[in-house]
Amino acid sequence: MSKSELLVAVACGVLIAGCSAPAQRAVATGAGHYGHGRVATAQEIRGWDIDVSPDGTGLPSGSGSAVEGRKVYEAKCVSCHGVNGAGGTAPRLVGGLGTISTPKPVRTVGSFWPYAPTVYDYVYRAMPWDRPMSLSANEVYAVTAYLLHANQIIDEQTVMDAKSLPAVRMPNRAGFFTPAEDPAVRGVRCMQDC
Amino acid sequence: MDEINKLSRRTLITRAAALPALGVGVATGVAAQQPATGFEPPGVPEWTTRQGGAFINPPYGLPSPFEKDVVRVLPGGNIPFQTGSRTPLHRMHGTITPNGLFFERHHAGVPTIDPDKHRLMVHGLVDRPLVLTMDDVVRFPSVSRIHFLECSGNSAAQYVNTNGKTAQQIHGLLSCVEWTGVRLSTVLAEAGVRPTGKWILAEGADGAAMTRSIPMELAMTEAILAYGQNGEMLRPEQGYPLRLFLPGIEGNMSIKWLRRLKVGDAPFHTREETSKYTDMLPNGQSGQFTFMMDVKSVILTPSGGDKIIPGRFIEISGLAWTGRGRIRAVDVSVDGGRTWREAALQEPVLSKALTRFRLPWRWDGTPLVLQSRAVDQDGYVQPTHRQLVAARGDNYFYHYNAIQSWRVSASGEVSNVQV
Repeated sequence: MSKSELLVAVACGVLIAGCSAPAQRAVATGAGHYGHGRVATAQEIRGWDIDVSPDGTGLPSGSGSAVEGRKVYEAKCVSCHGVNGAGGTAPRLVGGLGTISTPKPVRTVGSFWPYAPTVYDYVYRAMPWDRPMSLSANEVYAVTAYLLHANQIIDEQTVMDAKSLPAVRMPNRAGFFTPAEDPAVRGVRCMQDC
Repeated sequence: MDEINKLSRRTLITRAAALPALGVGVATGVAAQQPATGFEPPGVPEWTTRQGGAFINPPYGLPSPFEKDVVRVLPGGNIPFQTGSRTPLHRMHGTITPNGLFFERHHAGVPTIDPDKHRLMVHGLVDRPLVLTMDDVVRFPSVSRIHFLECSGNSAAQYVNTNGKTAQQIHGLLSCVEWTGVRLSTVLAEAGVRPTGKWILAEGADGAAMTRSIPMELAMTEAILAYGQNGEMLRPEQGYPLRLFLPGIEGNMSIKWLRRLKVGDAPFHTREETSKYTDMLPNGQSGQFTFMMDVKSVILTPSGGDKIIPGRFIEISGLAWTGRGRIRAVDVSVDGGRTWREAALQEPVLSKALTRFRLPWRWDGTPLVLQSRAVDQDGYVQPTHRQLVAARGDNYFYHYNAIQSWRVSASGEVSNVQV
């Protein structure tokens, strides 16, 4: 911490009322000011730290292939997502390969999603729609493998786990970018004879 | 919206007949007389001649029953997975959205959360991972800010068709309230963000447990952890008891029913920022992390579904907004965009809030097209529909902010068109 930051932190510590942390740096440093809340234990964090990053960080132990996954899908997913992921009241999950850069793109898990671990992340936290977080790790790996297989990305016997799932290369992996320029379309403020 | 009818001959005759009766009463000096009937003067309506309703009836006050049509609506159709209810923009006054009319968008229904049992966890690249109760959260210093919230999918159907009829149906995923809460930077300072922390995963406690990645710069400037909405606690539909609120930023990122903030060194590429809320260009490439809500406006009086009368003065009135700060100007055209006049803005013009614009007008009875075009403090101008679609194609879906055109037919009916 620089001397000026230390002075500010000390000053804020002394003058708590009406003093807010300066926002000129994109990093908060210095001691906590208020003592609100309590420190989270490792066990508490583990219970809520359910997110899975694209590189697979956060994937738990467990495994499954499309063989088991088909059974999970037919028991828990088909009523909304349709037979073979063709869609129903809930979106289509399978197909559309090769349509993304055409005038009528069909966006599914297989044709559009850039990262396979995101399927695990989303299925565990949000699915099935009426009983989220009810699937075991093995079931989530299995149904993820089923979706990848149905989209012709992996074989039916291929086992998905914390190591193999991040290694799957999705067809639309290169289909996303962060615009370098502002994507706003700028109008023109013409007032007469426009 | 009905217009007031011109005086009919019958009404004039009725009024003339009423006068002699009053004259007789005064001349004879009768102290009490029965009021004349009818609600127009000299008649006295029934509510002036009797006791009204009691106090706290009910304890949480409600609008007049005569306002029963001013409500949120769902898009047409009996579909199982609705997308969101719309604010009745075309029936509202001023710039503030009452809490009961705030639009709704959720992905797994509205949870019922006991505020005493709700917890916020802050962890990851921090010195002190924290668990906070709502009692902790409200004891931090608070701020209050008036800001709009808009879904980035608002008006999305307009890219490809004009099926929406009213301003509510077309643009109703938009509301504006006073938010009260603690600055996110204050809570992050409590945890002590490490210098390697560059992105924050925000996660909700509802059945969708929705997640988005928030860049640290955004988190440290205007981001609020909000619990207040127009002076009371957040409504359940808007995230009771706690939500993230990011002024001027696409609504999806203001995670509701907030339960977790995880500081990391890279974006998390959640489903909501890959599969959804990405902008597909004609070449099939999809833009990510396009947060900003662009400058936009819509005329609300008159607007789709209305019928107007020629010759009478009315005030063209509507709302303008931008995620970049303040609205600088709003221009109005009554000839389909050939000529424009600058409208008056209702003061105070607030940053990243709805701004009311007004222009006095008299319709001459000829068919025409009304438009409004907003300019913001950074000089961004609303594009035309053609300009927007030409640049973005048919599959962009999000961030539709083109000029709204309302056709006025020869009979005064106002409809949604694209010119």
